[in-house]
Amino acid sequence: MTDMRYLAPSTLDEAVGAFAAAAGAARILAGGTDILVQMRAGMVQPGLIVDIKKIPELTGIEETADGGFVIGAAVSGAVLYEHPRFGEVWPGVLEAINLIGSTQVQGRASAGGNLCNGSPAGDSVPAMIAAGATVTVQGPNGRRQMPVEAVPAGPGRTNLTPGEILVSFTLPPRAKGASDAYLRMIPRTEMDIAVVGCGVNLTLKDGVCTAARVGLGAVAPTVLLVEAAAKALIGSKLDDAAIETAAAACRAACRPIDDKRGTIVYRTKVAGVLLKRTVAIAADRAGRA
Amino acid sequence: MNEISNKWIGTNTIRPDGADKVTGRAAYAADTSMPGMIWGRVLRSPHPHARIKSIDTSKAEALQGVKAVVTSKDIVEFPVDKPVALGIQDMRWMSRNVMAREKALFHGHPVAAVAAMSEAIAAEACKLIEVDYEVLPWAIEIEDALKPDAPILHDFVQFEGKPSNIAGTLEHKLGDIEAGFAKADVVIERSFTTRPVHQGYIETHACLVSVLSDGKTTIWSSSQGQFMVRAMTSLLTGIPQSSIRAIPAEIGGGFGGKTIVYLEPLATMLSKKSGRPVKMVMSREEVMRATGPTSGSTSTVKIGATKDGTIVAAQGVFYLQAGCFPGSPIRGAAGCAFAPYNIANVVSRGFDVVSNRSKVAAYRAPGAPIGAYAVECVLDEVAEALKIDPLDLRIKNAAREGTKAAHGPVYPRIGLLETMESARKHPHYKAPLGKFQGRGVASGYWFNAGGESSAQVNITEDGNVVVTTGHPDIGGSRAAIANIAAELLGIDYRRVSVLIGDTATVGYSNLTGGSRVLFASAIVVTDSAEQVIGQLKARAAKIWGISADAVVWENGEARPSGDHTGNFPTMTLAEIAAKATETGGPIGAGVQLNTTGAEGGFSTHICDVEVDVDLGIVRVLRYTSFQDVGRAIHPAYVEGQIQGGAVQGIGWALNEEYIYNKKGHVDNPGFLDYRMPVCSDMPMLDAVMIEIPNPKHPQGVRGVGEVPLVPVMAAVANAVHSALGKRYYSLPMSPPKVLEGLDEGTLQAAE
Amino acid sequence: MAKLHISTKINGEPTEFLCDPNDSMLDVLRGPLALTGSKEGCGSGDCGACSVMLDGRLVCSCLMLAAEAEGHEIETIEGMAEGEKLHPLQQKFLEMAALQCGICTPGVLVASKALLEKNQNPTETEVRYWLAGNLCRCTGYDKIVRAVLDTAAEMREATR
Repeated sequence: MTDMRYLAPSTLDEAVGAFAAAAGAARILAGGTDILVQMRAGMVQPGLIVDIKKIPELTGIEETADGGFVIGAAVSGAVLYEHPRFGEVWPGVLEAINLIGSTQVQGRASAGGNLCNGSPAGDSVPAMIAAGATVTVQGPNGRRQMPVEAVPAGPGRTNLTPGEILVSFTLPPRAKGASDAYLRMIPRTEMDIAVVGCGVNLTLKDGVCTAARVGLGAVAPTVLLVEAAAKALIGSKLDDAAIETAAAACRAACRPIDDKRGTIVYRTKVAGVLLKRTVAIAADRAGRA
Repeated sequence: MNEISNKWIGTNTIRPDGADKVTGRAAYAADTSMPGMIWGRVLRSPHPHARIKSIDTSKAEALQGVKAVVTSKDIVEFPVDKPVALGIQDMRWMSRNVMAREKALFHGHPVAAVAAMSEAIAAEACKLIEVDYEVLPWAIEIEDALKPDAPILHDFVQFEGKPSNIAGTLEHKLGDIEAGFAKADVVIERSFTTRPVHQGYIETHACLVSVLSDGKTTIWSSSQGQFMVRAMTSLLTGIPQSSIRAIPAEIGGGFGGKTIVYLEPLATMLSKKSGRPVKMVMSREEVMRATGPTSGSTSTVKIGATKDGTIVAAQGVFYLQAGCFPGSPIRGAAGCAFAPYNIANVVSRGFDVVSNRSKVAAYRAPGAPIGAYAVECVLDEVAEALKIDPLDLRIKNAAREGTKAAHGPVYPRIGLLETMESARKHPHYKAPLGKFQGRGVASGYWFNAGGESSAQVNITEDGNVVVTTGHPDIGGSRAAIANIAAELLGIDYRRVSVLIGDTATVGYSNLTGGSRVLFASAIVVTDSAEQVIGQLKARAAKIWGISADAVVWENGEARPSGDHTGNFPTMTLAEIAAKATETGGPIGAGVQLNTTGAEGGFSTHICDVEVDVDLGIVRVLRYTSFQDVGRAIHPAYVEGQIQGGAVQGIGWALNEEYIYNKKGHVDNPGFLDYRMPVCSDMPMLDAVMIEIPNPKHPQGVRGVGEVPLVPVMAAVANAVHSALGKRYYSLPMSPPKVLEGLDEGTLQAAE
Repeated sequence: MAKLHISTKINGEPTEFLCDPNDSMLDVLRGPLALTGSKEGCGSGDCGACSVMLDGRLVCSCLMLAAEAEGHEIETIEGMAEGEKLHPLQQKFLEMAALQCGICTPGVLVASKALLEKNQNPTETEVRYWLAGNLCRCTGYDKIVRAVLDTAAEMREATR
């Protein structure tokens, strides 16, 4: 039996103070859809739970003056879905976040939790990486920003330093002709963990791809930013040859494992398939954006 | 017997337990509590195979809040050399399954149990129990268990004179198999594998047990048979059956998996030792690690046919995993596999193989879907080789009245042919298919069952009806019983209350299983209701001063007939009940019988799939089941059985499987990675009910619950073959497996 | 382990309870509050049998700490009927036999009600994806989906 304490501070400073003081025995509670499962399975036995949902900065969605977005780390998928503008601007990021778990899970789960859980299969992460999102983290030594791809350190681990709390995601302003998409492969139609996830964000100008980013999940210890795939797309008209090169780059980037959810061979093949399908959706959306 | 107007039989009445269930008030096993109740928890083996050298529980017993600890010493021992059968189970294995004795035989096998003031204290106490294990080599899969140097689970199990993991065999034979194959123009022989799958009931096993100082024991638990719970608990604890009252809680799904006990004997001993009521609730993980899935299998089926499509010989060999104790459903696999067909020469063999996994439990037509999967896939290949439509091949060879089945019976009037012909004519069979889409068909058989059943029909003082039966209602049987009682008595079904009695309030009734509940309970309810009607007529006769023979019962009223017609005003049930005391006392009747005449059930299915050939994902687009249901007493719940069975089979075919890691542990012990179909995976499901009444039943009832699962995996597999021109010989047809089997040549041909 | 004192509102009634910091909302509903209509099928958010509404949003009560209920409102299956009058979904589930064993039914009903509050005219696909987190092993989902669609149609008709 562990003596666990529960705190729900209303300020970030208070949260950081308590989190840092607990020196590793504490866990952050946002939607709880991972941590409660882990606690119940005995995988973690926190001495302190810091519930961050009473902190306004962590639960708000702000469209900034330049057209970017700042999303609090604890904003649930259901709340983000209801935002009047976010899904228009970042349809791929939204669909990725909305694919996490069931309707019930959507009522609680957040992109912040999805990222900090450190799973290489988190659905929102490839889309956020493709989007070029950055995170703001705050710890005992103050605030800093880092790109999303710099956060995961390996399965279940992040590069946040002790006492640091993920505060928000910042998504950059959108150029005209830019859009994104996310697809994942799961055996069923819902309720599975991604076997492979692929996020693509691209900008089209007169039919030519002028910018692109590709995020690939569940094929390596951390979610990957596949620069070689983006490179193959940029400058092309997204013709079959360019897309095939990008798909090959995705396959080449894979360093997956065999496990209960998929095999090395399968995941590698699927990474290329998903790249092609995701590019097609993102390009279609970009053509209309 | 009374004329049946069919006012209620065949109608979709509201189930008697419905309002309870939609408001959250229905009490399932884990919903019950008692004053002074404490919590029990099981310590489970961390090894798949280990000799238990010693168990020291002293530290756990010393922990504050711990009230009792039990080990195998507290459970009655049944020596391994003396079989003690209870239904299809053997108490030698039940005893060792609820609590490991000499050896722990699978990861998750119970080795001790604790009762404490809270679940958390009980869990903490489990960690303080010291078990000295001698870890042994282990075997999980059939091929590993059958290797010459395989670790032997039970040295007393012998096969062909040597210690073996083959714990039993069975053979059905008909005709001359060699001569049969000699006549064949086409012979197809194929081997198949299936993985163990769990019944997947959403309610985990749970019970609450109170043992008083005088030994009087009350058990609330979720099971498919309160009398099974009483008998097994009695045998395993030594408490006489007369001292045990087993109360059936509402049951949250079973599908066969709750036909044995896991927790009840442990909670009973914990309660006896602690003097407190003890509640035990399994976690989902415990359910997945330690309760019965059905068998995984390897099978080889060989079928020979002549050019005109006559099947002349069929041979099947089915190896089924039993888990760690003997008792896999080889009877269902070998017995049902060829049962839909009229084949002159058959050999069907089953082998029961033990290995270091949890003991299997019954699952919806146990074994039959495994046999049907192999046979119905080979039949598809025979049809292809002969260029005959697969349904036409089945129609040509369909068993019918008078056909002698290899497993013994000569069939009476059965509706198999009607299911096939109905499928053949159905618009589904002719609907167009697109690219990478395919259609498969398959048929299936299940024995069905009768057996012991008891009922009491009582007339209340205000002239309404209470019916008590003894089989837990797992999917709407109370609604069907209400329909029958209302029909026979000629009253509104809302005046009939149907209850499931406990072991102290109703006569012995066998398990809810084998698709037997409505078949058997309808017989005893009918007999009881007829006796009650006889009493009602006699009471009216007495009041009128005429002979009982001169009274008829119609539309819920007694009416004078013959010479007395019109001489007295009719008397309603309520009027007769009001005078019960002065006319002879309470009105009611009970019947207890070993019912017979449960004839087998047949069905034929059509499945359409589409394959995402880049990802290997198979999706079911359309599914239609055609089933001979005898008579649909409550059609909506019959349809529900058919639809539910189809989806379980689709899960088995596509994604469900036990995955073991290198340590011999189940690696997917939860609903996240044990992938049962979710709502968005499924299309609407058509159920075509064909009513060929069972001639041996008063209402024509045939069991309907199990055969809906039997043909499904074959129908899906045949549809995948039709979509891709490529056949998969192992289940599940999960995306990695499907994709691995697809090459450019296959895809081009499929396009 | 010190107990926490939580003030919340359950099915419209102000409710206070004591809980351990690691108790789930489901533990407290089923234990001290004796609201056993919410079921535990998995304890990991994969089956939806414990579905409740938290401030009008559908959640799994097994994935929520009881302590988080402080100052919030929870609705459970026990609050779905108004007195003797069943909610139209409850009535339709009975009429259409959209339950067999009934263990998943409370969660399915709570989730379906949440859907119809957001979307009065859902398509079959929308119903199926909304309910994907509610496992049912008995029915094959067919009658559940039909009952939700039929209820939606009737409720639209009633409010016209």
